[in-house]
Amino acid sequence: MKKSLLAIFSLLIVLALAACGSESSQADNKDTESKEKDSGISGSITAVGSSALQPLVEAAAQQFMGENAGTTINVQGGGSGTGLSKISEGAVDIGNSDIFAEEKQGIDASQLVDHKVAVVGIAPVVHPEVGVKDVSKQQLIDIFKGKIKNWKELGGADQEIAVINRAEGSGTRATFEQLALDGATPVATQEQDSSGTVRQIVSETPGAISYLAFSYFDESIQPLFIDGKEPNQASVETNDWEVWAYQHMYTNGKPEGLTKAFLDYMVSDDVQNSIVTELGYLPITGMKVERDAKGNVTQK
Amino acid sequence: MKGERRLSDKESAKIWASNTKRWKERWGRTITFISVSLMAVIGISILLFVASKGLSTFFVNKASVVQFLTGLHWEPSKLDEFGKPFVGALPLIIGSFTVTVLAALVSAPIAIGVAIFMTEISPHIGKKFLQPMVELLVGIPSVVYGFIGLSVVVPFLRDHVSGSGFGIAAGTIVLSIMILPTITSLSVDAIRSVPLQLREASLALGGTRWQTISRVLLTTALPGLFTAIVFGMARAFGEALAVQMVIGNSTVIPQSLFEPASTLTSILTMGMGYTVMGQVENNALWTLAFVLLGMSLFFILIIRRLERRRIYR
Repeated sequence: MKKSLLAIFSLLIVLALAACGSESSQADNKDTESKEKDSGISGSITAVGSSALQPLVEAAAQQFMGENAGTTINVQGGGSGTGLSKISEGAVDIGNSDIFAEEKQGIDASQLVDHKVAVVGIAPVVHPEVGVKDVSKQQLIDIFKGKIKNWKELGGADQEIAVINRAEGSGTRATFEQLALDGATPVATQEQDSSGTVRQIVSETPGAISYLAFSYFDESIQPLFIDGKEPNQASVETNDWEVWAYQHMYTNGKPEGLTKAFLDYMVSDDVQNSIVTELGYLPITGMKVERDAKGNVTQK
Repeated sequence: MKGERRLSDKESAKIWASNTKRWKERWGRTITFISVSLMAVIGISILLFVASKGLSTFFVNKASVVQFLTGLHWEPSKLDEFGKPFVGALPLIIGSFTVTVLAALVSAPIAIGVAIFMTEISPHIGKKFLQPMVELLVGIPSVVYGFIGLSVVVPFLRDHVSGSGFGIAAGTIVLSIMILPTITSLSVDAIRSVPLQLREASLALGGTRWQTISRVLLTTALPGLFTAIVFGMARAFGEALAVQMVIGNSTVIPQSLFEPASTLTSILTMGMGYTVMGQVENNALWTLAFVLLGMSLFFILIIRRLERRRIYR
């Protein structure tokens, strides 16, 4: 009896603490907002959202804070959905997302202002020993739909194909399904939460196939060519490699003060030509084409 | 005059002292009352919040409860031909129950064995060596268990058994290690609480040590041991991170223990960052949370029932 009471009490205490925690963080956000309004280039802002974009924004924020004393930029992950919903609520200053706000249901995109800060290319990746380096788009769709089950059907090793997907709602998955699989839905299969885990699993599991942003490429996995096209920066810039996505930083209304200064800094040559490429993203300034939320591509 | 004044001094001191006492008592009572009501309010509001969010999948998004409990297709962002979201949670529910039951089956005999060793066979080694060991296991964060699972258990299963290594089997192994300390320490308490007289009586009747342990100690401590196992199961059922890392998160009912599967918690934690409050996908996750909350209430009720049946306390 005592033990169970104790368990219930401790459960409630933990819940109470958790509730307090979330309340105080909301208070913090309000706090930072008001500070930001009355002082120009000092103060603090919060950017929340896409975990794909997080490393870039963090690195840029570090450098920015180093150059501008008295400024604080809090960068948090949480996923594109979180970024978009927090910025529509006005709870944060910047919402990071790897997809257009128009593509996410339940978000009123009309009040949000889009700032594209970088581009990521995405490519299918396989375990290095499958023996296949190039597939046609139709073959790729068939692999992900479960119609092709063994690499030997494509002239590779006699090895069963293990499809690894990203979580439903992931920006990388949305981009890949839309542009590489022409909107086809993959079979229900193993799903993983993060790109880092996907890379580890693909590198260790014989016959595995998944997809990753270029920034996650290394020797442990092998990117696949599609229809003879190589996934690299040059081919993304000309839209020859079609599977790429913008990295968006959304603001609620026109940015002001520190938010504006930081967003301008993100697209400055300082960031675009150093941090962006060092971290494996593609500079927005190098793109020779533009794509809108509906997927229409135009020459710049 | 003087006498009166002295008296009034004493009196006022007395009154002052009793006032402080009364004040202290009142103050203490207020604090405890506030704490208790705060706790009750928090508990009830969380329950109401999760319920209202979780039930809106059925009321707002018009999914059917039967579909939720028996359906096999989990894809809340898509709508079927009747305009209802695909929220078939049966694979997740089966996954959760399978890993929980299997982990308890693996863990309970080991844990109870360890507990018997620690209390009856070698209390010295038990106190000096096993106790700190168990405490250490409790202190390891679940992400570490998950990471070890991902980099040791999964490759091992892949190389020596079959498939990709992700699945119920990997989840069971990780979970049974995680709940081992919980069951062990609660079993130790249960066995220790068996009165010394019972042991002495058994020995006096000529019972051997094994007979005493198996017939007297374990029988007497049985409700306590069950409580320990249910506590372990409650922990296994609610564990999210470690399971999510090793189970593969495939929303299908697996054909074998070595194929990717998923649990309520793993789908919940995976989907959290990608959904927008108020949307079908988000409501569906709240429904999973509601089911989990219901399950933990169920576990608490079982534990309370078991506690009532205890013969010796």
